[in-house]
Amino acid sequence: MTGLNTILDDLILNQVPHIHLCNEIKPSEKQAISLYKDFEDAVPIIHSIKPKQNQKKIHNALPILNDLEKNKKVQGATPQLQTQIFYLSGNIELGGNLVGVDIIKESKLSNIQDYIIEGSILDLKNTENGILLGAGVVEKMSLSVGRKVIVSTAKGDKFPLKVVGIYQSGIADIDNIQSYTNLKTVQRILGEAENYITDINIMLYDISDTPALVGVLEKKYNVSAVDINQMNAQFETGSNIRNLITYAVSITLLIVAGFGIYNIQNMLIYEKMNDIAILKAIGFSGSDVQWIFLSQATFIGVSGGILGLIVGLGLSRLIDTIPFKTEALPTITTYPIVYNPTDYLIGLVFALLCTFIAAYFPSKKARGIDPVQIIRGN
Amino acid sequence: MSYILETKNINKFFGKEKPFHLLKDIYIGVQKGEFTSIMGKSGSGKSTLLYILSTMDTDYTGELYLQNELVTGKSQKQLSYIRNKKIGFIFQFHYLLPEFSVLENVMLPAKKLAMKSAEQIEEDAIDLLKKLHLGHLVSKKASKISGGEKQRVTVARALINEPMLLIGDEPTGNLDSFNSENLFQLLKNLKEEKGLSLLMVTHDEDLAKRTDRTIYLEDGRIIK
Repeated sequence: MTGLNTILDDLILNQVPHIHLCNEIKPSEKQAISLYKDFEDAVPIIHSIKPKQNQKKIHNALPILNDLEKNKKVQGATPQLQTQIFYLSGNIELGGNLVGVDIIKESKLSNIQDYIIEGSILDLKNTENGILLGAGVVEKMSLSVGRKVIVSTAKGDKFPLKVVGIYQSGIADIDNIQSYTNLKTVQRILGEAENYITDINIMLYDISDTPALVGVLEKKYNVSAVDINQMNAQFETGSNIRNLITYAVSITLLIVAGFGIYNIQNMLIYEKMNDIAILKAIGFSGSDVQWIFLSQATFIGVSGGILGLIVGLGLSRLIDTIPFKTEALPTITTYPIVYNPTDYLIGLVFALLCTFIAAYFPSKKARGIDPVQIIRGN
Repeated sequence: MSYILETKNINKFFGKEKPFHLLKDIYIGVQKGEFTSIMGKSGSGKSTLLYILSTMDTDYTGELYLQNELVTGKSQKQLSYIRNKKIGFIFQFHYLLPEFSVLENVMLPAKKLAMKSAEQIEEDAIDLLKKLHLGHLVSKKASKISGGEKQRVTVARALINEPMLLIGDEPTGNLDSFNSENLFQLLKNLKEEKGLSLLMVTHDEDLAKRTDRTIYLEDGRIIK
């Protein structure tokens, strides 16, 4: 379950930077009317607010990038230039999204490399007019590596690009429209200067720094900053609920097992009633007897727990080798399994706790057995 | 005169709503090296008395002394220790732990007492078994020996901590006449050789007559 969670999380999160800087299109926070002192106490009602006129590019993008690289919390920042294009095939136009990236930098910070199913990042780096085409586009247009695709900008300018690789993220919506190429190529296609950058993606060393840093960056660079939690709130919920189910099932199993042990101990105490009585008669105290049963339960707990862990590990290993292919997850060839020592530790601790509690009550009963009644009863 | 075991005015009631007066004003004294038997009909309270004397039953009024030391009112833990060290038990049913070997069964009380090293205990246990002519059983499993043998093994177990008092609840009750004679002789020899005090509940009039003293109980009272 955790393996699947991690894979699904990675699927989304790895394609999403921790912080995304861009010039978002939105209305001004302060409308002109709020500057009027006369209306200070009034509630202004403005109809048909229009978004603020703004350029798409990030102002001073290159200095910002330099500044970000110096920040100690930042693992790296990559420039991106996103633009709407059309893939042309004869007279068919296919809407798409072209992302200009610094591919070497990008591959260091995200695992884009994992999603390239044909070609490599170096091919893109070394080919000036190269393009990493989304798998959906490739299929729709019957293309393959080495062939050319013509893209057209919104303005109508057409450019031939060479397909150097195929990219499949596993999310059909992205694969059907998105393609990657070098930053410079896009700048040239758009006829813009080298400092024309629309987005900056930032990866941090510690993801928990994100919320704090977002506000700082927003003010410092006067851009919109969106953090990962904002973008993926619903995703977190999904993971949490899956985790909850995992734990609920495990705890249910342990409780059932606990009742099993409780029963066994209870039966055992009835069966050993005579022996308990004789032990007490020859000088063993109640706590000695209780100790015997508790240590037995602990032995069951420890050996059962360790055996369970070993069997579990073995099964995980086995499942790990079973082929598991799906269109949606191109990087996966076998069932995703996570080997997390903490999980094994939690399992062991729970098992011990469970057996101890399950054995405690029967052992208490054994402690209280009156030897006289047993011996006379016979 | 000093008694190994002495009771003063012991009374026992059964039940809470309508208490049944089971034992009435019991005064007993057992001297060192004395072989005492307790006789009485079923329901006369002789077993009840025995369990009180053995410190296992603490639900009574009156006073119980072991070697002039008041035992009544001591905690369960202290009583366990006393039983372990000073009293040996033989029951009607043999009550060996069936999973263990004869030797381990005999060693058990001594291991609990933990006054000697494990090797010493093992040596003592083997010696004791040999003395009781049970040497050939040492490594056998307790569940694999005959009833008469089992009962003699319990005697060995009762003696391992060298108690001063041996208490038996119809020790011969479950044995045939040959084995019961065998056991009786064994107990008698122990008394004579080691000066052990013996206290035994029995149904067998003939056996009782051969002990030093017989206490007759009827309806919870000592009548003789």
